[in-house]
Amino acid sequence: MALAQADVLAGLKEIVEEVAGIPAASIELDKNFTEDLEVDSLSMVEVVVAAEERFGVKIPDEAVTDLVTVGDAVNFIVNAAK
Amino acid sequence: MSGRRVVVTGLGATTPIGGDVGTSWSALLAGTSGVRTLTEEWAQSISVQFAARVAVEPSEQMERVELRRLDRSEQFALIASREAWKDAGSPEMDKERLGVVIASGIGGVTTLLDQYDVYKEKGARLVSPHTVPMLMPNGPAANVGLELQARAGVHTPVSACASGAEAIGYAFDMIRNDRADVVVSGGVEAAIHVLPMAAFAAMKALSTRNDEPARASRPYDLNRDGFVLGEGGGVLILEEYEHAKARGAKIYCEIAGQGLSSDGYHIAAPDPEGAGVQRAVKFALRDAGLTTKDIVHLNAHATSTPAGDVAEANALRLALGKDADHVAVSATKSMTGHLLGGAGAIESVFIVKTIQDRLAPPTINIENLDPAVTVDVVRDKPRALPAGDIAALNDSFGFGGHNVVLVFKSI
Repeated sequence: MALAQADVLAGLKEIVEEVAGIPAASIELDKNFTEDLEVDSLSMVEVVVAAEERFGVKIPDEAVTDLVTVGDAVNFIVNAAK
Repeated sequence: MSGRRVVVTGLGATTPIGGDVGTSWSALLAGTSGVRTLTEEWAQSISVQFAARVAVEPSEQMERVELRRLDRSEQFALIASREAWKDAGSPEMDKERLGVVIASGIGGVTTLLDQYDVYKEKGARLVSPHTVPMLMPNGPAANVGLELQARAGVHTPVSACASGAEAIGYAFDMIRNDRADVVVSGGVEAAIHVLPMAAFAAMKALSTRNDEPARASRPYDLNRDGFVLGEGGGVLILEEYEHAKARGAKIYCEIAGQGLSSDGYHIAAPDPEGAGVQRAVKFALRDAGLTTKDIVHLNAHATSTPAGDVAEANALRLALGKDADHVAVSATKSMTGHLLGGAGAIESVFIVKTIQDRLAPPTINIENLDPAVTVDVVRDKPRALPAGDIAALNDSFGFGGHNVVLVFKSI
């Protein structure tokens, strides 16, 4: 099932806010998970699992290291859902 | 010994009778019980349906995101440590001379059990990546050490219900042995969950007075029938005396000695002869350079179990001899319930307040004093303590036969 980029971004914002306490308004496509949003490696695991549940996609561990920015994650999820 | 003296310069607590030290202490002097009927559904499935939950939920004292990464025991440790550190004046110091020793009896047991439920219901992939840092017994100490950037050492002695007192003793030694100038010390416990409660109930260790929860914790009463599980924690900032003076810190009192022993008798039952307890008292007084004549107050372990309270009282009578006549004994678990690894810590906080205010807190719920109890129990109302130089003891014992006695004295 195809997902719209805007919907994935909105969903991801909610997840990151829930897991890391970052206000959704400050989460944008170009934000770096580690440096800008202070999502540490353990919290990143939570974000990934929550995103898999929410969007019905699989994000393999080897792909997670490439998800540097929010945009990377959004693109990965949109492509995986195609 | 090095000659380095150790004083208390800060206090923090979150207990069943108050969300901080001031509130807890006032409630203690007023004889308030923190024991209540449990509202959780699981309570109906076991024989004991009450406990002493903290008076103020951590969610009222911490941010949501912080809460979800911390076990409840770690939340208590941070809440109490923040209060204590602030109370000590948030010392500016070399962090290589700052230590943390915070204990817990059974660690992050609710996290362990809750995550096992997640695994069973939803599968391994949904087990939280925060599980291990949350369940490890050193987690409370580690989180406090991280927050304060302590670099002299972070430690967690584990000795069941003696853990909190043992942590304070360990911290005391760290300063005496010149490993640190300031140590954040104490104990926490967060084990009010169906499994630990069912397990303690299976040992017949818990009171089953379901119809009168607030009257259930009744140390020294003839009809006591077991302890009441409590939760929370206490933290003391211990500091080398000259270090405290140099920065103009408020000094509550001195921690003057500790005595440690083990029973070698039974995994859970107290030695009825109390030989181990007597030795711990003797070692503690010798370490402090004091005699039984100097002691005016003792905050007893007294958990309200039929065997434990009398064994302890007998041992104290033998250890203190005739001088036990002038030792005002308070059993504050009658109000707070038994905080297991947090017990020795909150009781040490109470002793420091007792020395400061010269008021020994009451023991509530004694309707008929057990005639086998031969120590002078402070009942119902606080009792004034003498002016001048005074000293007080905290004794704590743990399953496994661990005995810890700490000596506090006025300064």
